[in-house]
Amino acid sequence: MYAEQKTHLLKALAKNVRYDGRKALEYRPITVEYGVSGSAEGSARVKVGGTEVLAGVKMEIGKPYPDTPDQGNMMVNAELIPLSNPAFESGPPGQQATELARVVDRAIRESKAIDVKKLVILPGEKVWGVNIDIVTINDEGNLLDASCLAAMAALKNARLPKLNEDNAIDYDAEPTKEKLPLSREPVEITIIKVGDKFFVDPLSDEEKLIEGRLTVAITEKGTICAMQKGGTAPFSAEEIDKMVEIAQTLAPTLRKAL
Amino acid sequence: MVKDKEIVVPGETIATGISFLPGKGAYRDNDKIVAQRLGIVSIDGKVIKLIPLAGKYIPKLKDRVVGMVIDVLMTGWRLEFNSPYSAVMTLKDATSEFIPRGVDLTQYYALGDYVVCQIVNVTSQKLIDVSMKGPGLRKLRGGRIIEVNSQKVPRIIGKDGSMVSMVKQATNCDVIVGQNGWIWIDGEPENEVVAVKAIKKIEEDAHLSGLTDKMAVWLEKETGVKVNPAAAPPAEEQATEEHPHHFGGSQ
Amino acid sequence: MTYAKRFDGRGMDELRPMSAKVGIIPRADGSAMFKIGKTVALCAVYGPRDLHPKFMQNPETGILRVNYNMMPFSGHGERVRPGGGRRSKEISMVIENALLPVLDLKEYPNSVVDVFVELPQTDAGTRCAGITAAAMALADAGLEMKDLVCAVAAGRCEDKIIVDLNYLEDSHEDGADVPVAVLPNSGKVTLLQMDGEVTREQIKEIIAKAKEACKKIYEVQKAALKAKFVR
Repeated sequence: MYAEQKTHLLKALAKNVRYDGRKALEYRPITVEYGVSGSAEGSARVKVGGTEVLAGVKMEIGKPYPDTPDQGNMMVNAELIPLSNPAFESGPPGQQATELARVVDRAIRESKAIDVKKLVILPGEKVWGVNIDIVTINDEGNLLDASCLAAMAALKNARLPKLNEDNAIDYDAEPTKEKLPLSREPVEITIIKVGDKFFVDPLSDEEKLIEGRLTVAITEKGTICAMQKGGTAPFSAEEIDKMVEIAQTLAPTLRKAL
Repeated sequence: MVKDKEIVVPGETIATGISFLPGKGAYRDNDKIVAQRLGIVSIDGKVIKLIPLAGKYIPKLKDRVVGMVIDVLMTGWRLEFNSPYSAVMTLKDATSEFIPRGVDLTQYYALGDYVVCQIVNVTSQKLIDVSMKGPGLRKLRGGRIIEVNSQKVPRIIGKDGSMVSMVKQATNCDVIVGQNGWIWIDGEPENEVVAVKAIKKIEEDAHLSGLTDKMAVWLEKETGVKVNPAAAPPAEEQATEEHPHHFGGSQ
Repeated sequence: MTYAKRFDGRGMDELRPMSAKVGIIPRADGSAMFKIGKTVALCAVYGPRDLHPKFMQNPETGILRVNYNMMPFSGHGERVRPGGGRRSKEISMVIENALLPVLDLKEYPNSVVDVFVELPQTDAGTRCAGITAAAMALADAGLEMKDLVCAVAAGRCEDKIIVDLNYLEDSHEDGADVPVAVLPNSGKVTLLQMDGEVTREQIKEIIAKAKEACKKIYEVQKAALKAKFVR
């Protein structure tokens, strides 16, 4: 399917011209807006070109996991809501939403972006839980990279709620000024492969034609903290190296938007 | 009384008194003429109608549309064309070639192929037949498709095809505008980018007057090619021969 | 008990500050945002479009399908579990019924018009904000409509009749909450719910005040729809 369209896209990529006039390894303009939902402890809106994603952080008090009694908890959830794309359906998260949430989760968890050791209230008994929810508003391609940025921005925006004497959250009180303990700032870059061409930040029309993709999460030190291959096209070791290099080169540009 | 060419919202009173008649997009409520959709008021003598500013494409007989093959059937193909309803193209409407029994139909039209075709039948239940028989109707090889609001199509085509012809002249791209709001564009990659930008600009500003002249200036600035709005293209190159609505007054 | 001054200092008939924008979701066929106080409703309309599953199709007319949803981080207090529940099901239905009287979908047999209402941040009055946003989004989608629809919650707090309740007033134990949707040109009511306790005289006054308040909301809707086309 789409054989004619793929040939046409490759013709443009051969001249390093994208469908919206960008170069292959160029992102659309990125904007980050903080504190977009007053009901959340932290929130942000990220726009990458026409693509728009919201992320919100809700804090809760919970029990630590038995194997990590000295650590707080975190969770990333994503909703690809039908408001944002005619092809998305209501109902529980499907494969795409689940993958997106897990890939963003890994970038944040594995880079130790949140210093979870500092989220302990009573060791072994009470810890903070950080719930990060990603919601898509308008999907014009590349939800994944936009979602990771939004999640990081919402974390940076978050303030701990006030606790009462029983160490429960006092929702009627103003939140404290205390920020979340963040130590790292991972960003995710997804590199797309169609034919023998690589490019980033795909438009919806280009996403239909993806043969292979590799999402690479990069820390501010330039190290890699998570990866996810998607699509069915096999990659050679040289190709993987090239894609990682592209991700490392572009990571500072994305981080600058935060 | 609302003035001619003013924008009104659904439910808004356009005129009071029994001397006016409601046209398309307006209705009478006692002594009032009321807007039934978001649109531009067009007063023609006693008749008040609305030129829609938005709305989904609803298939009409004889419309030329750009469609995509979404299924291969026993006796033809199913096409999607930016409408709530899909269409069927039978073997006899698809080609004048003889198609032997049992042959693989994807060698004529495969999934994902785009065509420019004509609507030849619409039932009350919106069962739709399309045909490839007619001048200019064909499979679209290469190129890319963009989507615009179908209500803006008359403006994108322009009077006697003048608007789209300017875009073609300036960008040296092949452009086919389907009445359904799907537009096929084929040219050099960097030229296509300009053609798409131009069409999106026309779509966005469709309600403004004097757009043809503005676009001529814009296209010349972007491409360096001087375009002539008056040069009308051969009619069969367009997916429509219908005259456009007149949004503005200065065409 | 007397409610002398409202918690946020507003007059008894005063709405919270409002803003609206049309065309906020370019992927959708129509879209709008409506903000009233701290409550924000986003709405996208898709359609008329192909309806699946097929058994839901109506060969005589297109159908309207509303989906109301609070984003997980949008609630006062704990995280809202995604997926909705009985509350969002019921609200989706009453929004549908509030909007249907102005629509005529007979031109589009077997199809569906999908309306998605999403709340990123809330401070009571979400179903009303949703209806107000949805009416703008439906108009933006170019659908034929006899009128717009405006909605607001009015009610009672202690001894006073008030409009546009915020969370503190909505959850006040001595009061009543009455969400009302109004067709601005005919004044007819298309949504009416109520909880709390009121007298017959009070409910008359509440509905009258809600209708007055809707006139102000209507002006905001009209201005937002027209603003999309100002260059």
